[in-house]
Amino acid sequence: MEFDLKKQTVRELNQALHDLPENSQETVVVNNLSGEHNVAVGMDRPAQVTINGHAGYFCAGMNQKADITINGNVGQGVAENMMSGRVHVKGNASQSAGATAHGGLLVIDGDAAARCGISMKGIDIVVKGNVGHMSSFMGQSGCLVVCGDAGEALGDSLYEVHIYVKGEVASLGADCIKKEMRPEHIEELSGLLEAAGCEDKPEDFTRYGSARQLYTFKVDNASAY
Amino acid sequence: MTVKQPGLIESATFSRDVIHEIQRAAETGIYDIRGFGAKRKVPHFDDLLLLGASMSRYPLEGYREKCGTDVVLGTRFAKKPIKLDIPITIAGMSFGALSANAKEALGRGANMVGTSTTTGDGGMTPEERGNSKTLVYQYLPSRYGMNPDDLRKADAIEVVLGQGAKPGGGGMLLGQKITDRVAKMRDLPKGIDQRSACRHPDWTGPDDLAIKIQELREITDWEVPIYIKIGATRTYYDVKLAVKAGADVIVLDGMQGGTAATQDVFIEHVGIPTMAAIPQAVKALQEMDMHRKVQLIVSGGIRSGADVAKAMALGADAVAIGTAALVALGCNHPKWSEEYQKIGSDAGFYDDYHEGKCPAGISTQDPDLMARLNPEEAGKRLANYLNVLTMEAQTLARACGKSHLHNLEPEDLVALTVESAAMAGVPLAGTDWIPGQVRY
Repeated sequence: MEFDLKKQTVRELNQALHDLPENSQETVVVNNLSGEHNVAVGMDRPAQVTINGHAGYFCAGMNQKADITINGNVGQGVAENMMSGRVHVKGNASQSAGATAHGGLLVIDGDAAARCGISMKGIDIVVKGNVGHMSSFMGQSGCLVVCGDAGEALGDSLYEVHIYVKGEVASLGADCIKKEMRPEHIEELSGLLEAAGCEDKPEDFTRYGSARQLYTFKVDNASAY
Repeated sequence: MTVKQPGLIESATFSRDVIHEIQRAAETGIYDIRGFGAKRKVPHFDDLLLLGASMSRYPLEGYREKCGTDVVLGTRFAKKPIKLDIPITIAGMSFGALSANAKEALGRGANMVGTSTTTGDGGMTPEERGNSKTLVYQYLPSRYGMNPDDLRKADAIEVVLGQGAKPGGGGMLLGQKITDRVAKMRDLPKGIDQRSACRHPDWTGPDDLAIKIQELREITDWEVPIYIKIGATRTYYDVKLAVKAGADVIVLDGMQGGTAATQDVFIEHVGIPTMAAIPQAVKALQEMDMHRKVQLIVSGGIRSGADVAKAMALGADAVAIGTAALVALGCNHPKWSEEYQKIGSDAGFYDDYHEGKCPAGISTQDPDLMARLNPEEAGKRLANYLNVLTMEAQTLARACGKSHLHNLEPEDLVALTVESAAMAGVPLAGTDWIPGQVRY
């Protein structure tokens, strides 16, 4: 199945994707994007979707089951609230990549802007480049792997996300601390790096997580916010 | 309570309540968090009166002549607008803040009278979907429990930007209400405080919102209406921006709207009264030629059929109730008076919804307390109450000569106070004076 967004609309594309038979593993190619928003959102079939061009906001939003590759850059909120499946951005991603997502794997070959993985709830995110400030802000669960550097206030107000960073961290956010890299973390990180096609060594990464000091509101912690 | 003696003069500025709060703050070092809505007196629908017909208007016969109550919501873009028998809906309240039995009761009551109910923070429960014929799915900043499968099961989607009790604020579900089930739904450890964000994580501003609305429409194949819920503050501008962003329905929540857990200082000091907000919203819609095309649902302090009629006369297409619905279920009922007293409150005063100790089994996750609320009986009480609201509103509309509640208009209203005349944009009773408006 092939779509040309110079000739067809995003609505036609999404409706066709939603209308695929249950458990369809159809191969879908989408060509000639020029920043259209909401491309391939709400997928619920284990199809293989290749998007050629730069996508706008919320590309692959709320994905379930599908394997979506974007040969280009993506705008705000790529794979937001993804539940399962895989989204692979070959270029860079704008802010809030993987926001609130509950599952699946998001791989970004380039850089991700601010708030990558904000309020993430179970997704695994691997960024081969750098991430912007406030990444994994209020992150609840899942893993954020950064092969480059992380911006300011990494993991601010973090809950149970595992953060792994290879490069420099500009600063840690409230209640986010450096943590020991134990064997189970090496194993977890190895699996994620392999799944994302990275050749980086897990031993070169530092783990960050929640100090769990702000889990219950206490007046003594007021100055931390 | 100290009995007032001659010569003992209570300060208007430092009343006993104020002194108590200062002492409480000094002892605990933390602000007061509570549920319910604003308790201070603000200009409200009680300050308005309806003008029944006499010589210059022609009334309809009570109990005989028809006065329609149905409403269609979401006619702008959705393939499947919502059709309700009465214009009184159940506002969004979360599972977590409320017990599963309470959510079920809300659904049952709404079903009996042909109206909708609404999810809240924490997602959609099977009990709620199963017992709600028409269910609106709230899309909130926290995205707790947000699931595209549930999104597709919804009859409408309500993008929550704010609520009247705390416009600009997020929420907090305290750890004592986080059971295994609530924790699982929200993907957080059991027993910890759960912060609900004050703004959405993947968009900022009205231009982004337009794209977000389009995403929700694409995911649901443009079938269901998209509501935008705002807390009443800069209502005129917020409504214009929400309409421009593509809303099918505006949900406008005034400062008397309820909450499960918010700082008292926030509840009492942020936002504007419901009555003051409606004319701003209607003006914005009218200027965009969208009044009645983008429907307006108003909430925040709706208690009686008179409130329903007055809100609709000011231009609302429907209203929503939250606190009143909980009271109808059994919240603050005198039969639990002793139980309320044990936890430092009393029937008629209880507002500590966040503590999870609700004797009526409504704002709790305690299995023993929750079992006190029979969803079928409570649902029936809610249905009774909704029927009374509807009949009261019809009675008043007929007296004004209206064959449908939607035919009520500002011309049917006058105000009792200068303040309410200015806010509602209707004349002070017995005059043709509307403060702030030029007379010709």
